Order: sequence, then C-alpha cells, then structure tokens
Amino acid sequence: MSPRQVVVIGYGMAGARLAEEIRRRDPHGDNVALTVVGAEPQHAYNRVLLSAVLAGSMSVESVRLHDSDWAERYGVDLRLGVSVTGIDRAARRVVLHDGSELDYDALVLATGSNAWVPPTEGLLAEDGSLAPGVVTFRTLADCERIIAAARPGAPVAVLGGGLLGLEAARGLAGRGNLVTVVHPVGHLMERQLDPSAGRVLARTLGELGIECRLGVLAERYLPGDGLKLADGGHVPADLVVVSAGVRAETTLAAGALLDVDRGIVVDDALRTSDPRIHAIGDCAQHPGTVSGLVQPAWEQAAVLADRLTGADPSARYRGTPVVTRLKARDVDLAALGEVHVDVDCEDAEVVRVEDPARGRYAKLVLRDEKVAGAILVGAPDAAATITQLYDRGIPAPSDRLALLLGRTLPSAAVPAASPADLPASSVVCRCNTVTKGQLVTAFRAGNRTAAALASATRASTGCGSCREAVCGIAEWLSEADPEEPAAAS
Amino acid sequence: MGATPTGAATHCPYCALQCGMTVGPGDGAAAPRVSPRDFPTNRGGLCQKGWTSAELLVSPARLTTPLVRDGGELRPASWEEALDLVARRIIELQAAHGRDAVAVFGGGGLTNEKAYLLGKFARVALRTSQIDYNGRFCMSSAAAAGGKAFGVDRGLPFPVTDLDGADAVLLVGANPAETMPPFTQHLRRAADAGGLIVVDPRRTPTAELAALHLQPAPGTDLALALGLLHAAVADGLVDEGYVAERTSGFEAAWRLAARWWPERVERVTGVSATDQRTAARLLARAESAYVLTARGTEQHASGVDTASAWINLALALGLPGRPGAGWGCLTGQGNGQGGREHGQKADQLPGYRKIDDPAARAHVAAVWGVDPDDLPGPGRSAYELLDALGTEQGPRALLLFGSNPVVSAPRAGHVADRLAALDLLVVADLVLSETAAGADVVLPVTQWAEEDGTMTNLEGRVLLRRRALHPPEGVRTDLEVLHGLARRLGQPAHAFPTDAETVFDELRRASAGGPSDYSGVTYQRLAGGEALHWPVPSVDHPGTPRLFLDAFAHPDGRARFVPVDHRGPEEAPDEDYPLVATTGRVLQHYQSGAQTRLVPELAAAVPENFVEVHPDTAARAGLADGAMATVTSRRGEVLARVRCVPSLRPDTVFLPFHFPGAQRANLLTNPALDPTSRMPEFKVCAVKLAPVPEAVQTPVFATTGGVR
Repeated sequence: MSPRQVVVIGYGMAGARLAEEIRRRDPHGDNVALTVVGAEPQHAYNRVLLSAVLAGSMSVESVRLHDSDWAERYGVDLRLGVSVTGIDRAARRVVLHDGSELDYDALVLATGSNAWVPPTEGLLAEDGSLAPGVVTFRTLADCERIIAAARPGAPVAVLGGGLLGLEAARGLAGRGNLVTVVHPVGHLMERQLDPSAGRVLARTLGELGIECRLGVLAERYLPGDGLKLADGGHVPADLVVVSAGVRAETTLAAGALLDVDRGIVVDDALRTSDPRIHAIGDCAQHPGTVSGLVQPAWEQAAVLADRLTGADPSARYRGTPVVTRLKARDVDLAALGEVHVDVDCEDAEVVRVEDPARGRYAKLVLRDEKVAGAILVGAPDAAATITQLYDRGIPAPSDRLALLLGRTLPSAAVPAASPADLPASSVVCRCNTVTKGQLVTAFRAGNRTAAALASATRASTGCGSCREAVCGIAEWLSEADPEEPAAAS
Repeated sequence: MGATPTGAATHCPYCALQCGMTVGPGDGAAAPRVSPRDFPTNRGGLCQKGWTSAELLVSPARLTTPLVRDGGELRPASWEEALDLVARRIIELQAAHGRDAVAVFGGGGLTNEKAYLLGKFARVALRTSQIDYNGRFCMSSAAAAGGKAFGVDRGLPFPVTDLDGADAVLLVGANPAETMPPFTQHLRRAADAGGLIVVDPRRTPTAELAALHLQPAPGTDLALALGLLHAAVADGLVDEGYVAERTSGFEAAWRLAARWWPERVERVTGVSATDQRTAARLLARAESAYVLTARGTEQHASGVDTASAWINLALALGLPGRPGAGWGCLTGQGNGQGGREHGQKADQLPGYRKIDDPAARAHVAAVWGVDPDDLPGPGRSAYELLDALGTEQGPRALLLFGSNPVVSAPRAGHVADRLAALDLLVVADLVLSETAAGADVVLPVTQWAEEDGTMTNLEGRVLLRRRALHPPEGVRTDLEVLHGLARRLGQPAHAFPTDAETVFDELRRASAGGPSDYSGVTYQRLAGGEALHWPVPSVDHPGTPRLFLDAFAHPDGRARFVPVDHRGPEEAPDEDYPLVATTGRVLQHYQSGAQTRLVPELAAAVPENFVEVHPDTAARAGLADGAMATVTSRRGEVLARVRCVPSLRPDTVFLPFHFPGAQRANLLTNPALDPTSRMPEFKVCAVKLAPVPEAVQTPVFATTGGVR
C-alpha cells in the first residue's frame, strides 16, 4: 500500500510542528509521504523568540527550529522559497508559483497570519509597500530590519500596545532606544487586562523608559520626523514599528471557495468545509481558541498528526485555554481566562490586591472554588501557581490572599525569638529526633553545656545545623535557673 | 584508621554516604557501642539510623537458623538440610525447564565481593541469564545518563568534600537533610552564600535550607531542566568556549530546549519563569557550581532523559570535568555504586563491562576459567524479572539476597503474587523480612560488623569494612552461602571462595581494564588508610578522585549533549483518580524498613505509614489531620495516617515507602519503565483519597507479614 500524499502549505510554527508530529508517529514514512511548502527562503524559526532576538539576548541562529539537514533526515520533501498560487480541489492538486503542481490526498493549510497596518496616513508608500522608516514586527526579516534601523539612542515609536507591541517596545528600550508606545485604547493590552492592571503595567514600563500614549490614534506619519497624533500631540520617531494586530492569511482558502470568516473555519477534526483540506494555526478559526498564540497551533498539530497518520483517527481538538504571558525583561505579567469581571459581580468570587507603587496587581476570578480567570502583574510566584490551578482545574486553596501573594509560607514554625517560646514537643535536632523537652530533661539531669547535651541526647551530632539552637537552649536554661545544682546521676 | 580504644573503625551499614564510625566491643545482650568517627563524608556526624545501627546486631528478631517451609509453615532446619534442598530443587527445575528457570535477585547494600560473587554464581554455577538487583530501582537512570554523556558512570566524579567550596549547588530531587543528614554539612557554604537551589515538589527539610526552592509538579522535572537551559542560552550564560572544546551535540539538544522558553515551562511545571532565570543565573555566575541529581528526578519512565537534561544544563554552563565544578548523582544505597559495577545487573559483567561485548565476555570468562560462549547473555531487568516469576515463560525459582521486593518493588501487590507463584523462593537475610516470610527456604546471614568486605561510596571511593564482632551462632556469610550452593551444583571449591579478600582479589582481575578498574585496590592499601577512588588500574596508581579533568571517557574525549524532550508522566490524574501520589523516605527508616523498623528507637519515632496532604484537599476528602485514610490507585490501596501539610501542592500527596502489609506505598506505584534504564516510575501515579471507617482503623505496626 503506498503512503498517502500529505501536502502542508506553510513552514512556520504550525507547519513545522505538524511535520515533526507526523514523523514522530510515522518515522519511516510508511503511512504518510510528506511535502512541506514554505514561502520564506529559510528554515522554520521560532516566532515566539523573536522578541528575544530583538532584545539582543538571542541570536538568529538560535531561534531556528530545524537544522539544515532536517528534511533529509526525516524524509520530508521540503520546498523552501516556494509560494502556492492556487488549489484545484476537484483534481486534489496545488499549483506552485513556477507552474508546477503537487497532488495531494490530504492538504493542510498552515499559512499563518500577516501584520495588519492601521490606516494611519503615510505608513504605506504609493505602491502599497511600507514607507521608509516603517517596519512591521512579524517575521525574522522584520526583526533584522528593526535591529538594523534602530540605532542606539534613536527615538522609536511602536504602534500598538498589545502583547507583541510591548515585547518589541521592551526589547528596543533594552537596546537603548527612546520608545513611545501609541495605543488607541485607554489602557494597554485591553483584551487581557482590566483598566487597573493596564495602569500598573504602563507605570512599570514607564520606569523602564517606555512612554505610553493611550487612548489616542496616530493620525499621520512623517518620515524622518515621527507621528502626529489625533489629540495634536507629536511623537518623534526615526523608526515606526507597527504591531497593531494580525489578520489570518486566507487568500488561498478564499480562492478555493472554502468557508472563511475571520480565519479559515475548521471543526474539531480541523477540517475545513472540504474534508480533504485541513487548517491549523493562525490561519484557522476554531471556536475553542483565539489565534496568535503558539500553544493552540501545537496542540492542533498533534491532533491532526494523529488523524493523518492513522495513529488515532478519532482524535479531536477541543480548544486550548489561553494563558497570556508577556515575555519582557523585568516585567512579569500573566493573564488568563475571564478577566473582565468586576469585584462586585454576583455570580463569581473576585479577589483583588493592588500595589501600583511597587508595580503589583493581582486579580483572581473564581467560580465554584476554581480559578476562572486571573491577572497578575509583578507577582511571578502567584502567576505560576494560579496558572497550574487553572490548567488542571484544581480547586483553589482556601487562603486566597496567600495564593495571591505567591509562595505558600513554609510549613516549619517561624523560628521562635527565644527558646522559651518553643513548645516542648518541637524537634530541635531533626537528624536524631531530639525535642526541646528532651533537652530540658537532659539539662536538668546535669548536662549543662551544649557539648554535654550533645553527648546525652545526640542533638547536633548529625548534620550539625542545630548546634546554635542547642547552645541557645543551654544558655537560656542556665539563665533561667542558674542556681539549680546539677542533679546527681 | 584502625581501631580506637572504644572499638573498631568501620562504616555505617545504611546509605551511600558510608559515614565513618567505630563499633564495639560487644557486651553480651547489650548492643555494641557506636561512636561517630571523623571521616571526610560525615566529619564526625551521624544520624539517628547510624547511632542506632548496632541495635540490630543483637535484635531478638534476628534469624539464627535456616528455615524450611514444611506443611505451609516455616520450621528450623540445619544448614545441610536447607542447602541440600535448595540445590536439589535448582537441579530439578533447571533440568525440567532450562537454565533460565532459576533467577537471582541482588541488592545495592551487598558488598562488592558479594555482588561480584553473586553475578559469577548466576553466570557460572547456574548459567542463568536471569539476574538483576534492586539498584535497577534507584541508580539505573542516572547511571545510563552519565554513561551516555561522559562515557562512564560514577555517581560523584569528584570527592564529596569538593562541594565544601561551592558557591552554588542545584540539588534536584534530593532530600539529603533526611536521607543522608551529615551530607548537608558539605552544602553549608553554598547555603550561606545564597546559592543553594533545591528542586522538589515538596517543601522538604532540604528545601528549607535553600535560597531558592523550585517546586515543580511531580513528573515535570524534564521540562524544568529544559527551561533552565533555555534561560541560560537566552541570558547569554552558556560557556561557549567549553561547549566548543569539550563537548559535542549542543545544537541538537538546543533545538529541543529552544521550544521550552521559561514561560511555557512555567505553565507545565508551576515553577515561575523568574525563578528559572534566577536559578540559571546563580549557577552560571558562581565561581564554583554543581548540579546534583537524585531519585526524585530519576525514578520516572523518562528518568534517563530527565537526568540527561540536567547534565545538558551542567555542560552548557561548563561545569563537568573542571576542578570546583561538576555534575553528579547522589547514590542512595550503601553500596549503590559498587553494586552496579560488578555483575549483579542483567546486562553487565564485572568492571562495569557490558555482557554483550565480546571482548568483555572473553576477559571475564578467562578470569573465571570458562568458555566465553558458555556465559549467558543479558537477562530481564528487575521489574520485568519479578513480573515474569512463575509464569509460563518466566523463572520457576528465585534466589534473593539483600532485598525486600514485597515492600520495595513497584506494584507490590502484583509482585507478591508473582513471588507466591514460584516453585521455589530462597531468601538470604538477617531478619524475617516480608519477602522472607513468604519464602520456601530462608537462610540467616551475617551483618556488616560481623564480616569483611568492601563498599564503594557515593564518590567512588572504595572502603574496607573489617569484621569487628563475632556473628551469632548459626548464621553464615553470603559468601559462605554461595560457596555451599555452588559446591552442591558441581562447582570446584576454589571457584567460590568464602574469604572476602580472596574474592576481592579475583574481582580485581575481573575488573582490570574495565571502566571501573579496581585492579590496583588491595585490602592492604585500604587498611593503610589510602583514599582510593576508582579507576585504580595498578597497585602503584594513586586512584582517581576527580574524573574527566583532562578528557571525558568517550573515544574523542568529549562529553555528549543528548537531545531530549519532555513527555510527562505515564499516568495523569483524571476524574476517578484526581490526585498525584509521589513516594519517598523519612529520616528514621531505610529502604523497605526491614531493618530500621526493628530498631525500637527508630520505630518509636516513625511507627507507621502516613500520607502528607494539603489541608484543603484533606478537608474536601472529609479527612482531618491525624485521621486514617485509604489512598487508592488503579493497582492497589494503602492505609496511611493523614498529615496536613500546607506547603504541599493541593493536587499532590506524599507517602514514604518503608512500611509493610496494608501500609505499603508501593501497592500504588506504577511499573511503567524507562525504555533505556528499565527504571519504574515510582515518583508519579494517579490516586484518590478517602476516609477509613472507624471500625477498620488499623494503626497496628506489623513488623513482618507473610505474603502467602
């Protein structure tokens, strides 16, 4: 039986992952003959790490997903720098830009998304390309362009105060640029944050040298000068980085008359309206998730690989709970689930702690004792713990404040100020299970120094870390009853 | 060295730290006196187990006569009768069912001499391939990972005292404050410098010492290691010169770690991205830094890959093979190191040789005076061996030395059933352990202080333990037992000596030229106080305290990065079994507890099994602190008393595994095996928690309990 021909259009985070997942299940190509078509000339790279490249902490080489011999080692027919011009559904064939064709038994669209450029006057040149001094932040090439253009000390404007825009802003500020974020909504990251959290975040960014102009549209871009804002303000900028959102790349799907809404519509089997054609990642629209994040794309790739290789033909994608994590040095932000719930909401429990002066904000939304949503700014431990509770559906600890403050307090008793305050049953020497009570008894039996207590009880003869405590108890007892004579043995 | 006025210099019989102490002299019914002795590993410290270790020498629970099952009951028998019976049954069973019908199971507490002679006994006297040991349950994952990365596995490739100078130590899945308390002295400087980082799902006494406690969800250690490596790369902390000159394979390992950025790792592990970065930075910025792993991170179905992931981190930071830095694994059992080197493992021959290597077979066969073709090949690994006992294809008889699998093996209820299905179970032990209680023949043997032998401690140093006391009337050494059986199976007397030094001299020759070469170690040198770390290839060689300073043990001299990815535990919690159980130890008990539960002071300190539970989780199950609970997995149900621990994750419970009968934590554990090391997944299984009706409460402490 000859293997099925699977063609994947798109060699980004989703397409590359799908190829890996297919080969993990079908390492020798017994079930699937795999062709991957990528429009960019280079091997797939990890888009999530672009902000690290921009920040200068990671090299271009380290964000590549595959080595140059990857396709050969895994038996993948990889076509780089090749674009697809059309899909012939009746003939089950895709047409490439050079006129050649690929037949398929199953086709996967992993075409991703494109940066959306807002209608600010002057951002686009007459031919529709970006004007000089304007760059989107979407691809590795964009990243390299930004690095080349953003000379240290130069003013840079970032259009868009969403996740990606802020990561770019933080990276540029870290490189020594004077960064202004222009955002049309009244607070940053409005999809993930409530206004209070947005204010704390803006304040934190301000301390890192990033200015935020909120609730105002950029009206006009003047090359070499900067942005003119709708409120009459002016933002000087040698470079404008556009990060105002993305649009799913659906051109091929639309051309093939597949159902397209905001993205290519797919069901739980990741099928489009043509059951031989699938879509995953940013270009796909599934009711259970939002686009623009890698986790859903990777989970979709695993499900689709199960189906395409026959490893689990009944596999279904049911959506991915979204946890947003800002990856920006010195800014710790997590947001998940329902965040736009007020404290006085009647059908949910909402707990909120605010400490804006120290860049902290924590909000927890609970339903039926479980985490339904949270915003955590400047609270890394709480973010980690609450994310786990959310993902695993674990009931939240009853001490909500401790949860929001982060790390649970140590189980061991807080060291007592004086040995007098210790209960007699408390273990002083763990290595030899010696309690304070036993030490007191030994002292009263005439072992009045730490050394004598050690030989009588073995306290402090293991790891030795309780030596000071034993000395302290000997001193305290000596002071407490200096006159008491040593008992006869 | 040498005897002090108060007794003979020796080492503690329990863990791999092998604390120096003196014992004796004996005084009738009272236990011989134990005193700590200054020795590099323990510096005069002893924990409660060490202090009380001589109690068992005079315990009334001690066996002093062989026992033979007769009409369903064990009755005393003479040595002649017992050994004759065993030999006769072996011969019958092998004649009827083939050589592999008889299996051997050893232990990581046996001396080098015993481990060596046991392997030889299996291969030469029984000619069975079916031999493995309980070290498969502790050391095998780290050993395999160490071998892959460095070309040779020695737990600590440096003396333990090197840690004294460390500014930063990353301790992964290790709880030495309870498992080897005097060891923590060597962490003091790092702790004082704010450089002690502990990775443990529980806030253990060791974690309390740390500046940074990373508390991952059980079974997610591999992801955490990848996150730390990612953070090291992202923050420019990689020692690029070292990686270029001394390693290979970084690229492939990084391609996988690149997908595990700290925020993603946080979501899987619950360890904050900030803490991951801090940990990487603490290690990278320290003048002297170490990464040490132990069972917590190794006892998983992906244990080898997990250990490899920690080694990859150490390599990226340029630690291994440099003075004042390194990676190491904290060996657990007393002779966990030597025990894995000299041939009681299914796939090995003495000197850490591989049994499928023709040159190794030829060398060892020559020492043993047999034809290499007569040596069996590799056999089943420990759990697979136990699982096969008494089945159509499996062994019909088992000879067991220094182990108590009814308590310590995973899925212990099933293992007890398999043991019960045997035609012949022979157990050599000091006391009637839970496994011995179900045996057909029980052979009473001597203890540490009553016999000569060598142990190899956690740093690869060979230690001589001299006989300090007379054994009780009626017991024999394991070497004498093997001799007696081998003679009855037609072996010449000289092939199975009863004198430990004679056996050791043969071991030296068998190990010569192998990775763990003991040929230059002699009783005389050890008695003279020399600190000999293997390899010691000749009698004028000073030993090798630090491995890899010039080169790693691969042919090209480079260490290998191994590309590894996270895959998570085999059994995830679900609606029926919503909690994760993880198992471990308490300070007062050792392994299956067969010995320590018989020491009154230790039994009084921790008399029964318990389960640590988050107070909210306990309350939800209708349990209060101190109540008796059942913990149930797909494989079994355990009784344990609830201890509410607020620092525990609400989705996790913890049980120690030292207790017998219905309190055996290993009734729960999942025997999913690592594909390379065949290590079972002791550290993660899915369970549920429920109260025990008042009437059924059984706080009774059973010291023994038959399995039949």
